[in-house]
Amino acid sequence: MAEQDWKQQKRPFAAVATVPLFWTLIFFLIPMGFVWFYSFGRNVGLTEIDIVGTLDNYKRATEWLYLGIFLKSLAVAALVTLICLIVGFPVAMAITFASEKWRPWLLLGIMLPFWTNLLIRTYALMIVMGQQGYANSGLGALWNGASWLKTLVGLQPLSTWEPLPLLYNNFAVVVGLVYVHLPFMVLPLYSALDRLDKSLIEASLDLGAGHLKTLFKVVVPLAAPGIIAGVMITLIPALGAYLTPDLMGGTDSQMIANVIERQFKRANDWPFGAALSFLLIYVMFALIAMQGLRKKTGEVR
Amino acid sequence: MTEPIIQIRNVTKRFGKVAAVDNVSLDIMAGEFFVLLGPSGCGKTTLLRMIAGFEVPTEGQILIDGQDMSRVPPNKRPVNMVFQSYAVFPHMSVADNVAYGLKIAGVGRGEREDRVREALDLVKLGGFEDRMPDQMSGGQRQRVALARSLVMRPKVLLLDEPLSALDAKLRAQMQFELADLQDEVGITFVTVTHDQDEALSMASRIAVINKGEVAQLATPSDLYEYPANRFVADFVGSVNIFEGKLIIDEPDKAAVDCPGLGKVYLNHGVTGPHGADVWVALRPEKMYLHVQGKGKAVEAAAKDAPEGHNFARGQIKGMSYLGDITLFEIKLDSGAMIRVSRPNLSRHDQEDFTWDDKVSMHWRADSPVVLLG
Repeated sequence: MAEQDWKQQKRPFAAVATVPLFWTLIFFLIPMGFVWFYSFGRNVGLTEIDIVGTLDNYKRATEWLYLGIFLKSLAVAALVTLICLIVGFPVAMAITFASEKWRPWLLLGIMLPFWTNLLIRTYALMIVMGQQGYANSGLGALWNGASWLKTLVGLQPLSTWEPLPLLYNNFAVVVGLVYVHLPFMVLPLYSALDRLDKSLIEASLDLGAGHLKTLFKVVVPLAAPGIIAGVMITLIPALGAYLTPDLMGGTDSQMIANVIERQFKRANDWPFGAALSFLLIYVMFALIAMQGLRKKTGEVR
Repeated sequence: MTEPIIQIRNVTKRFGKVAAVDNVSLDIMAGEFFVLLGPSGCGKTTLLRMIAGFEVPTEGQILIDGQDMSRVPPNKRPVNMVFQSYAVFPHMSVADNVAYGLKIAGVGRGEREDRVREALDLVKLGGFEDRMPDQMSGGQRQRVALARSLVMRPKVLLLDEPLSALDAKLRAQMQFELADLQDEVGITFVTVTHDQDEALSMASRIAVINKGEVAQLATPSDLYEYPANRFVADFVGSVNIFEGKLIIDEPDKAAVDCPGLGKVYLNHGVTGPHGADVWVALRPEKMYLHVQGKGKAVEAAAKDAPEGHNFARGQIKGMSYLGDITLFEIKLDSGAMIRVSRPNLSRHDQEDFTWDDKVSMHWRADSPVVLLG
């Protein structure tokens, strides 16, 4: 009833919707439109761009040099998503099955990083992972301890501890991206698992299935919408990640967003930057379209 | 007598400090239709879940077919459960749902298909193999859950409030079907319910559970006609309870003086100390109602009781016409209220009585039950 009333009251609905629609139009769609036009343009002079309708920028964007970085970004994002899924699923399960008393606190723990600026979080992680960071000094202490134990029983001591190169490489980028994106994965997984009727799990156990079989035959298939949502919501921002590879990566670990940034700033080649940006957007559209298509075929079944 | 299929020995289950099940001992025989009956929160579902293995007893032991189940997980127990929500897997077809347990048990394809078909025929769902659960009604989903459990040929089938989600007509039909089904497959059924009609109509024996303890264990008719205490008398069926003092207690007769109801005479002895405080329970349908001084009205007294016993007068204060019977709320001369029901044997029966009519009632000497607790 209430819903129908609301649907019939078109005028108040329009009044409420107009402001955010205009906001989106003025501050998102129109600027994006400009960038889209730029992608078919050409630099003339330092600040002037001619929209000449050329496809040269796209041609250049698909050259191996850029396509390689593109594919690598996709691979890094996919790896990050996979790690987030593998780590996040047990975490989401643990929160779902935690007692009523603990659940809000565990959820808070997952969301707490959102309350901290991304830059600060990244620098904090860098402090942990640096040459002299906690990770290395902790491992060093363990190493020296083991070495001392060996001398105690009359063996040769271990060689001196060399700090591990934890920062400024691809490894650091993956760790950093997993750290940043894990909550994006856990929350949709949690919401899917929370909605799952727990008696389905009990029914599976009751019919003789062990915990592992129950997980793969009942829990995972029924949590599939949450898994897909979690994958999309992790993969897409990870693909466009800029800050983490910029701060934590080495010279060989730049991702597509870093290349785009360079075109707009140092290279001052806006048309080419725009083409690269839109190539990224097209890929994301394709990913979302694939999910939509999957959903549709699922419904038909 | 055969060995009980389920032996519950001094089982206690505490959640924190609260004992949901408190030192319960029960034997359930093979082939029984056993019902655990009680109000919500009495611990009956906890008891059922302990048999299934989803809860572990804090103290005590559960034996199934002579085997101690203390360390046996749910997936290794020879029992299957039909859940209150049915818990039919929504992502599997009806046939896949029913075949689930067989697949896990490693039953070959040929045998599996035969048994699935057999189980679906048993619950009258033949031809529904390829349906998805969301295309089925609640009653049909419940049949799927039943078939999915029965196909495993468990020693005991556990049913958690199996009929609570069905509408009244379907519930009545399923009561008969479940009883027939149990007869047909010969599997022991243990059912949990809060609905006394359901329990009375289906059970071979009923354990009434109150606050985690067994209040009475009896056949349906014994439970109704010979309740052991006030809780059972009140929970099973409708009843009038009056406080009184035991004034005569001999092997072949007894009498209780109830300030609310008058003198109650029984044609059998009661084991209780003379002068003890007792309660008399009298079912509404076990009284004969007469209109006082209205035309041919008679004021009949009980023939099998001494003068002045098993007889009361009052005034009708409320009536509800229920079709088959009419229920009267009567204010006795003592000021106490009593409920009397009267079958409408002819179409115009209910017209003989109306509000504020003076009435009298009497009952047979074997109708009241004296309760000590």
